Amino acid sequence: MTLALEIGWGTTLAIKTLIVLMIIPLGALILGYTFLLKMMSHMQSRLGPMDPGGFHGWFQLVGDGIKFLQKEDIMPDEADRRVFALAPAIVVISTFLIFLVIPTGPRLVVQHLDVGVFYALAVSSLSVVGVLMAGWASANKFALIGALRAAAQLIAYELPLLLAVVGVVIQAGTMNLNGIVIAQANGSIFGMDFFGNPFILTQIVGFVLFLIAAQAELTQTPFDMPVAESELVAGYMVEYTGFRFLFFFIGEFGTAFAFAALAATLYLGGYAIPGVNGGLADLLGPIVLFVKLMAVAFFMFWVRFTYPRLREDQLQAIAWKYLIPIGLLNIIATAIIKVAVP
Amino acid sequence: MVVQNIFFWVLAVAMVLAAIGVVRSPNIVHSALYLVVVMAGAAAQYILLAAEFVAWVQVIIYIGAVIILFLFGIMLTRAPMGGDTNLDNDQRWQAAVVSVFLAGVLGTLLIQEFGKKEIAISGAKGEQLLHIGKAANLADSIFTAYVVPFEVVSILLLAALVGAVVIARRD
Repeated sequence: MTLALEIGWGTTLAIKTLIVLMIIPLGALILGYTFLLKMMSHMQSRLGPMDPGGFHGWFQLVGDGIKFLQKEDIMPDEADRRVFALAPAIVVISTFLIFLVIPTGPRLVVQHLDVGVFYALAVSSLSVVGVLMAGWASANKFALIGALRAAAQLIAYELPLLLAVVGVVIQAGTMNLNGIVIAQANGSIFGMDFFGNPFILTQIVGFVLFLIAAQAELTQTPFDMPVAESELVAGYMVEYTGFRFLFFFIGEFGTAFAFAALAATLYLGGYAIPGVNGGLADLLGPIVLFVKLMAVAFFMFWVRFTYPRLREDQLQAIAWKYLIPIGLLNIIATAIIKVAVP
Repeated sequence: MVVQNIFFWVLAVAMVLAAIGVVRSPNIVHSALYLVVVMAGAAAQYILLAAEFVAWVQVIIYIGAVIILFLFGIMLTRAPMGGDTNLDNDQRWQAAVVSVFLAGVLGTLLIQEFGKKEIAISGAKGEQLLHIGKAANLADSIFTAYVVPFEVVSILLLAALVGAVVIARRD
């Protein structure tokens, strides 16, 4: 079963761009609706989002959308207008670029890159520039403190994130995300190969590191000091309203979607399921990846709605004193086992 | 004219304009933001040269870390809102001489070494070029042919790091 279509590279590029452009708001809405509105409401007995529209408050999201669109676009007098306007766009572009390398099937990927996973982490670090621009251009003390906290936090947690991924790269022998999926699908653990070798089994330390660091990169509770609403109002986003705020919102949840997809690809076997090959794998791939991604996202948001916020010094101590040394040890252990047990 | 050449000139012009912005901007934060454009342009040039891994290293190190630290330092100490005219000083002529001298030396070296060389981008030679740019081959060269320089640089950086900690600590 193959889908044979002859189309030029221009059309292909347009289709790919359109799909990725649609995935970001869609993914953000799915996560925002399922987890922020419904799961949190159930967990924390919030009655508001459960009411509009009758059944489980399904209308809440539409209402929120209309509210954001009709809000006045406010820019502070002292603001640096161009930087202020450009900042949300940079955050969203950084999210957009991550999706280019995430494979949803053997052939269903926007662009196969030799350095796939490294690329994804490199472009995800671009969002810090947008956050710093937003905080500084707002001409607001709270915004500036929020932006500085965000920069310090994102730089600190980029390291454990990269170190965690290195373990996977060593084990798979490639940085290409499709190659990592194939390595998991074809692998075997303790001689059993009927379900391959999802790296969560051998790289459980890396998986935990990745999730903790991703939580900090996404500035989600317990690492939400940059937007801590009880200290900084809303951190670097405090002066943004309406459509511009929506950009930050989409960027945040879109990146959560992307990181959940990355975690599912790196540690849970990605789009692959045992015994499915060829065209059928392309067909089922997106669904399989989506299910795995939602499982990871459920876990991430579960943590977000459960734990209180850490202190700023505790945040840095966790990264530099614990996560980075553990990450380095994990790399050494993985490298030794890789050589000792071929 | 091949497509790569057109893109090279577009990127080169954007980089030069942004570089002028870095030195001409009266606001130090704007200068740092222009520097982001220059760095991104350099990364794009690496991609044009089929050095994919180096390009993304450029992005994660220079944009993702170095410029963030620049901005962080500027905002932590003095983050002027609006124009800041105190950035100019009377060393501009010395600076101009140094820049012209450096541009001349680097330009002459590059033209002498690569001026007549055609870089093949298609066919067997092009394939070979793509092959060299791959991360695995880069790692192979670093850890075999160039392992001694690599370790020397590592020790130099480690020494710099330890030195910074020694200078910064209070006791």
